[in-house]
Amino acid sequence: MTTIDNLVRMANQIATNLAHEPDPTAAMAEHIQLFWDPRMKKLIFDHGDDGLNPVAAAAIAALKTAS
Amino acid sequence: MTYQPQSDFGTPASRAQDDVTLTIDGRTVTVPSGTSVMRAAAEQGTAIPKLCATDSLASFGSCRLCLVEIDGRRGTPASCTTPVEPGMVVHTQTPHLQKLRKGVMELYISDHPLDCLTCAANGDCELQDQAGAVGLRDVRYEPKATHLGQTKDHSNPYFDFDPSKCIACSRCVRACDEVQGTLALTVQGRGFDSKISAGMASDNFLGSECVSCGACVQACPTATLVEKKVVEIGTPERAVVTTCAYCGVGCTFRAEMRGEQLVRMVPWKDGKANRGHSCVKGRFAWGYAQHQERIINPMIRASISDPWREVSWDEAFAYAASELKRISAKYGRNALGGITSSRCTNEETFLVQKLVRAGFGNNNVDTCARVCHSPTGYGLKTTFGTSAGTQDFDSVEDTDVILVIGANPTDGHPVFASRMKRRLRQGAKLIVIDPRRTDLVRSPHIEAQHHLPLRPGTNVAVLTAMAHTIVTEGLVDEAFVRDRCDWDEFQDWASFVSEDRNSPETLEAITQVPAADLRAAARLYATGGNGAIYYGLGVTEHSQGSSTVMAIANLAMATGNVGRRGVGVNPLRGQNNVQGACDMGSFPHELPGYRHISDVATRELFEREWGVALDPEPGLRIPNMLDAATDGVFKAIYIQGEDILQSDPNTHHVAAGLEAMECVIVHDLFLNETANYAHIFLPGSTFLEKNGTFTNAERRIQPVRKVMSPLNGFEDWEVTQKLAHALGLDWDYTHPSQIMDEVARLTPSFAGVSFDRLDEEGSLQWPVNESAPNGSPIMHIDGFVRGKGKFVVTDYVPTDERTGPRFPLLLTTGRILSQYNVGAQTRRTDNVIWHEEDVLEIHPVDAENRGVKSGDWVRLASRAGETTLRASVTDRVAPGVVYTTFHHPLTQANVVTTDYSDWATNCPEYKVTAVQIAPSNGPTQWQEDYMDLQRRSRRIAPAEAAE
Repeated sequence: MTTIDNLVRMANQIATNLAHEPDPTAAMAEHIQLFWDPRMKKLIFDHGDDGLNPVAAAAIAALKTAS
Repeated sequence: MTYQPQSDFGTPASRAQDDVTLTIDGRTVTVPSGTSVMRAAAEQGTAIPKLCATDSLASFGSCRLCLVEIDGRRGTPASCTTPVEPGMVVHTQTPHLQKLRKGVMELYISDHPLDCLTCAANGDCELQDQAGAVGLRDVRYEPKATHLGQTKDHSNPYFDFDPSKCIACSRCVRACDEVQGTLALTVQGRGFDSKISAGMASDNFLGSECVSCGACVQACPTATLVEKKVVEIGTPERAVVTTCAYCGVGCTFRAEMRGEQLVRMVPWKDGKANRGHSCVKGRFAWGYAQHQERIINPMIRASISDPWREVSWDEAFAYAASELKRISAKYGRNALGGITSSRCTNEETFLVQKLVRAGFGNNNVDTCARVCHSPTGYGLKTTFGTSAGTQDFDSVEDTDVILVIGANPTDGHPVFASRMKRRLRQGAKLIVIDPRRTDLVRSPHIEAQHHLPLRPGTNVAVLTAMAHTIVTEGLVDEAFVRDRCDWDEFQDWASFVSEDRNSPETLEAITQVPAADLRAAARLYATGGNGAIYYGLGVTEHSQGSSTVMAIANLAMATGNVGRRGVGVNPLRGQNNVQGACDMGSFPHELPGYRHISDVATRELFEREWGVALDPEPGLRIPNMLDAATDGVFKAIYIQGEDILQSDPNTHHVAAGLEAMECVIVHDLFLNETANYAHIFLPGSTFLEKNGTFTNAERRIQPVRKVMSPLNGFEDWEVTQKLAHALGLDWDYTHPSQIMDEVARLTPSFAGVSFDRLDEEGSLQWPVNESAPNGSPIMHIDGFVRGKGKFVVTDYVPTDERTGPRFPLLLTTGRILSQYNVGAQTRRTDNVIWHEEDVLEIHPVDAENRGVKSGDWVRLASRAGETTLRASVTDRVAPGVVYTTFHHPLTQANVVTTDYSDWATNCPEYKVTAVQIAPSNGPTQWQEDYMDLQRRSRRIAPAEAAE
């Protein structure tokens, strides 16, 4: 599995597990911000939406915009 | 200190709150009610002669040596079985008593070999001491029928049993019963024929159920049970109290020495974690420290295909620094990283993360807690506010219902398991949630009220179903929740768990746990009194490891089982200093004390102390480092005391990551498996060769004390400091106490910790600060650290690792009592006699379907890889589930485990791997290739001839 495939899987997994948060998108964005290193963030920012579930895609888009 | 045996008050201390005053030999003494006369006398400094009594065991009253006279009472009662009473007047030395004791002792000695001068226990024998104490000068009896000349049992690798020296005091039998809880020993026969026996009459110690904890040896007042090392070396001449380097229980021992030679490790009675008990690893399995495979000289090699070349320390540090600087200049500072060790001290761990942050200039530091308890840190910090367990071990003495989930304490944490079993024998109830029927489920005098043998990977579903039962049946402690927790979050959670889809009946199809059993277990936990949850890696090492920890916290809060003795949430930490390694800032997103690297105030605190700017972004976790390495952007790593090639999942991926790096520095005792891919080897020191501290599973910071000089010349903190010097850092520590002082300056929860305070107190449980100057045995007493306890909705999400036609079985992995982690230490001791290879447990139905019998070689294959090992057919595992350990590198169970990991922390999902089993007639190609690699990687070039 390539690194980006792995990151997509991780992002979807995080989004799924945070689905019950009051604001899942914000919770996921915060999680990525707190725990992923800059290169991992850049890779997922550059990757686009392909393979990401909607919450993950929205969170990453929001984080990309904010960064 | 010079050698003194540990003090022995004869009988256990009373826990009564009210006092009794009496007179003993004309002196007034006040003790708690329920104290024996023997102990009361000992506490005022009067040693009443005794043989069958020792303060780790209940009084027995058989030896008749401890007789006393009491005014107003007839006869001469045994002081060990006579409780004190107000106004009692006791006489311990009278002519009548002296005559009686001398007569008793004369009978003992008439049937005891008089070989004191050549006896291994000469000078350290209670029988010898008591013969002197009662003034025995001759024996009038002619030897006729005796027990002399019996065959010795040398079968145990660590101690001998000489029945000729036995006085049948039963201390060994009672120690096995009361302290260890194995009940392996018995008194066979009656009267003169009484004989201590391990198991059946035909058994020797090795063949019996004895677990070699050493409690019987410690209890023996003669040389009947004696350590082989004492026989070989002689009795010790000094003792130093230190802390064990095996599991997270953190037992303290007296390292009993002759010069710099370790004679034996004896559990320290005053140790607050182990209370005088031990297991086979800590007590006996320390021979690896002197093993011939220890590497004591630094080595380097330009390529991993080259043989190693021994060099001076200066050359090794210069080479390491030049490589790290070269790589940093060529690829950037983020191409470097480090891994701290949960086997090393707090001070050593602190220095490695400091080296990475202040020296390498990034936060690429991680620790093996990544692959074990990182979900504990995440889950408990989220729900309670602190990344640690809530209780001390003593707390179990007040527990009414013990819930063990995903832990096998009798194998992984045996000394605490003994305390747990003692409480269970006293009547506490037990719930075990585990795919396997662990020993705790049913053992002598213990039987779990409920064993929920869930399908691996369904922890969250089981815990949610328990929560469903508690909420829908009205068993919530509403007063506690309203007072201590966020009520709105509770209501959201309660609404979620109450949904029909979360009922035990609905989830039974997923968990395979009968709904009625699950409901009964939930009711018992909620209503059975003080409920305490103990968990291990069977909780954390899942794709929902963090969710499971939070689900456990939810249950504890909902039932009011937090914040007092007897209750709580208790992670059983795997390695000796997992808690400490996490406390010391080993995670890439946190500075010491669990403060996020992005927090400006915290970062500035460290920047002022260290005189460098710190990167505010989190660094790489171990699996992320390996991914980055295979991507070609992570090029150098300093690994202290970890063996990631064997311990981390998906061995092929770990190997590829290491092989892709240009500089791998391994700092270890042995050329471990990771060193196959190393370019620089820095020899490490054992826990016997260093000063520092370990922090155990109950947040207890305990001293580690140097008892011998490091074979390699340096303690590990010194090696890290010299590497820092070579990189241009100006550290000037001369003793690890200065490192702890720095930790205390920078970390609020350690503010009151220092080596001096630890010497005074023996140990301290953090937080230790102004509001808790003597530490915090139990947390969250008046409120949660985070304020209000947080209920988190934990929806069950199935793992992506699925069984199917190709891989229809689920593999789960674990430990065995005699081995520890990757076995680097225990495989280099006589413990291999109990476990010389990893075996695969498989249910009889699955075995029969595949034509497999016990002892057969089988091929274990997953989507990640395959290996071979022998099968053990057993109904300990459920149909569809197989189990093995990961202690041996040539089995390499992690060739089979996958990259799947916990959603929040990347903790690998070791506990769920879809596999297939088939008969095999030999090792896999991978195993053959690996053996070849291992052989080539351990070549050391001959030293060049001097000019």
